[in-house]
Amino acid sequence: MSSQTARSNLMALPAIAWLGLFMIVPCVIVFAYAFLTRGLYGGVEYTLTSDNFLRVIDPLYAKIFLTSVRIAGLATLFAILIAYPAAYAICLAPKRAQPMLLFFAVLPFWSNYLIRTYAWIVLLNREGLINNLLRWLGYDGEPLSLLYSEGAVIVGLVYNYLPFVILAIYSSLSRLNGELVEASRDLGAGRIRTFWRVTLPLTMPGVAAGGVFIFVLSIGNFVTPALLGGGRFQMIGNLVYDQFLTANDWPFGAALGMVLIAVMVTLLLLQARASARFSGETAEAKNG
Amino acid sequence: MADALRIKLTGRAILVLVFGFLYLPIAVLVLLSFNDSGLPTSWSGFSLRWYVSLAGNSDILHAAWNTLIVAVVATIIATILGTMLAIGMETRKRRSTPLEALAFAPMVIPDIVLAVALLTLFSRLNVAMGLHTIIVSHVIFDLAFVCSVVRARLKNFDFSIVEASRDLGASSFTTFWRVTFPVLLPAIVAGALLAFTLSVDEFIIAFFTAGAGRASITLPMQIYSMIRFGITPEINALATIVMGVSATVLLISQWLNKEQMTR
Repeated sequence: MSSQTARSNLMALPAIAWLGLFMIVPCVIVFAYAFLTRGLYGGVEYTLTSDNFLRVIDPLYAKIFLTSVRIAGLATLFAILIAYPAAYAICLAPKRAQPMLLFFAVLPFWSNYLIRTYAWIVLLNREGLINNLLRWLGYDGEPLSLLYSEGAVIVGLVYNYLPFVILAIYSSLSRLNGELVEASRDLGAGRIRTFWRVTLPLTMPGVAAGGVFIFVLSIGNFVTPALLGGGRFQMIGNLVYDQFLTANDWPFGAALGMVLIAVMVTLLLLQARASARFSGETAEAKNG
Repeated sequence: MADALRIKLTGRAILVLVFGFLYLPIAVLVLLSFNDSGLPTSWSGFSLRWYVSLAGNSDILHAAWNTLIVAVVATIIATILGTMLAIGMETRKRRSTPLEALAFAPMVIPDIVLAVALLTLFSRLNVAMGLHTIIVSHVIFDLAFVCSVVRARLKNFDFSIVEASRDLGASSFTTFWRVTFPVLLPAIVAGALLAFTLSVDEFIIAFFTAGAGRASITLPMQIYSMIRFGITPEINALATIVMGVSATVLLISQWLNKEQMTR
């Protein structure tokens, strides 16, 4: 090993040790817990079992899993449908204004998640702003129950993660080779056809990166279903929470946590492979 | 030309809609925090009474103090470790995939999983939980974000000036403090500010690693229980302050990052 490599490794060592001790080790312990048996009073017994994973596919829990996938999937879909035009519009703005627009699009993302979710309680509840607005506009029926519904959970997820999806799609769009779009137009393709056949396929890596991000964070979410779903819509995150803090079944909670990690790793790998293949293809197209 | 104009106008309209969607809910909270009645039903005049009542709420002040301790200490540790990690990763001859994955993982791991994993670790080790365990946990994701901000800066860093300094006889210690560090400083501060806001706002991991009782409750935990158990207009005032602090810190961080990019 060269002395430079040794020095680089030494610099990285404290952080590696910290992450190893407080991230890797705990995750390994949780992984091990997933194969142990639930003990009395919240403990574990050292009897190996696969029951915890079998319980995940028990109809009761499989239903929660499917609900989570549906809610996260719809949130992902809506976020992309909003973020794509938004990112495109930022690209159309004058070059000098773009960094600022992007910064303000992402700013809410870094601020308090709970407060951003709470804002939607204020908007959606029966005495909330939207119902008041409707009454003011002349609606005099029963106030709408917008809160504590699947729709409210989806709106909350889209609202909270939209900034990052915009950022991911923007970074793809801004790197788009304008000549390809021009060439397509010159060759007689209309605007819409050019978009579907050139722009959209070329910006798919950004869409995939943003999509995977919001899907992963949504499916493991615990705050949004708890606050905007009012506990009526259990998602995997809430189930993990319950196993650890109320049901005291840590091995089952651990198994659920591992399922979440597995979903995350699978999607990230798929996305990495797809975008690697994609950049290979475009490089080929450029050379060939 | 009419076509170009139409596209431009459509773009503007989309921007107005999207920024409206992103900022209106926050604006409503801010506005309500100054509403005398505190209710969204009617505007009964401008008032600071909710801020006054906030200042007299000892639970919230206690939580705010805890949050400040956690965020400051976690940020200091994370900034040192994250910067060192960034330098270590960027000065390597070859990219190390496991190292890349390790530095990336804290940013994408579902927070509920990290939270229960840490809870399991601390209870296995029979560690009494409190502010110190929250700090240890926050350093994990804080250092990953500091690292990514500093690495972005290192990517544009001209390592030949380090060589020049060494060739001119400066020790590697002197070279670091007199050459590398000053160039990296804006990015380090920007990363630290980002880590600070992340730590101030983090809820789930703090919730799981704070231990029982109210002793080490943080502001987001306090906000969560306020939201869960009945909405009081005080939350609007608290939310406005927390958002204001976050936005200010982030603006400074962004400004520092831009300064260094244009220099």
